[in-house]
Amino acid sequence: MPAMRVRQAIATALADEMRTDPTVIVFGEDIAAAEGPFKTTEGLLEEFGPIRVRDTPISEMAFTGAAVGAATMGMKPVIEIMFMEFLGVALDQLVTEGAKMRYLSNGKLSVPMVVRASVGGGLGFGGQHSQTLENWVAATPGLKVLSPSDAQSAYSLLRAAIQDPDLVMFLEPRVTYAERGEVDTNLKMEIGKARVAKPGKDLTIVALGQMTNIARQAAATSSTDIEVIDLCTIVPWDKKTVFESVKKTGRLVVVEEQPESGGWGSEIVAAVSAEFFGELKAAPIRITCPNVPVPYNGGLEARFLPNPTEVNYQIDQLMATGKAPQPWWIREGF
Amino acid sequence: MSKGLERRKAILSDPIAQFERAVEIREFENQINALFASGTIRGTTHLCLGQEALAIGLASVLRTDDPVSATYRSHGIALALGLTPESAMAEIMGKATGCCGGLGGSMHLCDLELGLLPTSAIIGGGMPIAAGAALAFQVQGNDRVAVAVFGDGATNIGAFHETLNLAAIWKLPVVFICDNNVYAEYSRINLTTPIEDLHIRAESYAMPHYALDGMDIDVVREGIQSAVDRARSGGGPTLIEAKTYRFAGHSRADQALYRPEGELDSWKSRDPLLLLEERAKKIGKMSESDVADMKARKTKEIEATVALCQAAPEPSPKTMFENIWSRKVNQ
Repeated sequence: MPAMRVRQAIATALADEMRTDPTVIVFGEDIAAAEGPFKTTEGLLEEFGPIRVRDTPISEMAFTGAAVGAATMGMKPVIEIMFMEFLGVALDQLVTEGAKMRYLSNGKLSVPMVVRASVGGGLGFGGQHSQTLENWVAATPGLKVLSPSDAQSAYSLLRAAIQDPDLVMFLEPRVTYAERGEVDTNLKMEIGKARVAKPGKDLTIVALGQMTNIARQAAATSSTDIEVIDLCTIVPWDKKTVFESVKKTGRLVVVEEQPESGGWGSEIVAAVSAEFFGELKAAPIRITCPNVPVPYNGGLEARFLPNPTEVNYQIDQLMATGKAPQPWWIREGF
Repeated sequence: MSKGLERRKAILSDPIAQFERAVEIREFENQINALFASGTIRGTTHLCLGQEALAIGLASVLRTDDPVSATYRSHGIALALGLTPESAMAEIMGKATGCCGGLGGSMHLCDLELGLLPTSAIIGGGMPIAAGAALAFQVQGNDRVAVAVFGDGATNIGAFHETLNLAAIWKLPVVFICDNNVYAEYSRINLTTPIEDLHIRAESYAMPHYALDGMDIDVVREGIQSAVDRARSGGGPTLIEAKTYRFAGHSRADQALYRPEGELDSWKSRDPLLLLEERAKKIGKMSESDVADMKARKTKEIEATVALCQAAPEPSPKTMFENIWSRKVNQ
């Protein structure tokens, strides 16, 4: 199996889909001639030409809506939103137009398109280029929301997203773009299916995107036998895999790169609490970012993001007491 | 041939059928107004009284495979394109037999067979969609044309400018039609916009543009045909500004008391129905009594449609769980 960087896995998945399916078109800012600011569209213009691979003006609203319109007329557009924050100016087209097309056409129209967006912190891009913002889209019926964590899932999930007949948000953790991993191009991953990233029997961590790697690192050094689940899909999320794991371990910790309020992990904790009320060995908890914007300073950004040290501290406390420990910002009086 | 397609075919060139369709739209809107006023229908509605010539002119020029992305003020466009009054009214009443199964309502009409994309209730929201449909046709290499219809107010929203620029730079086969009915919701256009002729905004996107008299169907047809021909033959997009007038208020709750005195009357002297009637008499040789008979017939037909739709079934609760995704997923 070839090892490739996550950004190469994405470019390879795009190229493989474009070779297989002539209706796939790709457009976004600086993605054609410049091959993408993160080089996730390397080689596409050269191989597929300017009809199918296009640079757009800096007009997210127009090109997101154009993707919706093209999708209703038989194309499969894959668009790139350079930083997830830039989706803000295009949300109408996604949430109010694209996500409603099937419903408001009485099932006559499909919107088979993918919105790729780079997300997350860790690279010093500051308060307007470091958020994950999954909750902007996770609460809109009609959208599917995925996030890969490594080269394999980037490749396999992106191909699944492009093949899907619905509107899929594909949120790429920017910090992973340069990371290498083996990729089996024949391996299929399904939307709505989580992966057990590391098996264990005493405690379940549910994580997403780059937090899967944080959870793995924590699990590798923990004295607790941790099972790490890489959720992969937030909507529709894989209840079966999560429930089976928690049924076995009796303990749930969600690790989220997201301010505490309104995160997707609340859904997981609520569903697990309702399903296993009275059977859990400890309070189900979330480890999140604090409710503040992403700080620029390197030391502060590292504290802002959940990290293996904090994850292991929380897990040790939870194992010892069964009760939800306080997050670091409360312990330290902030 | 479906009823909708037959209705579309009927208005392609016959001046009598075009006049009849305009009368149908007028009757339809008046009935809808009354049904909302009496509380028979819930929610809100946006009437297109006075804008019938644009709707019929547009529908008579387009092919049925040319999609139209229009707005929440589109009962007229939908009927002109061929949607049946039963399908439109049942939708507005929220009935299972409506074109969207009762899940859309007055602002969300749709019929893909006739090229009517789901109408958007967001100002300017349909413009990028039309450009995207045109993008699909360009990539597919066919000669279909997409159309966006929007109001004067939309020329102040970002989607308008972004879409014009994108369509121009990609030379997309799309026609932008600004239905300038003088009022953007409750505000006269001069209060919010520093220019009178909105079409000149296309100048900065190097796009052909012109205004036309939206009350006169022949002028409408000629102006739209020329833009459609350009788009179909690879000449790219056009911005057309149709000068019309909204005879009613913005929506159900609006009495439109803010209008300058005499403005409505002055526009009503050029009511598209009067012009269409004159034309039908002149070219179609309709007599005075033919007109009276036709109007009486249309009134009866629409009354019968109201009764039919009132008796139509309500949608079942199950239908609101359908058509979210391609395959139902329990969450």
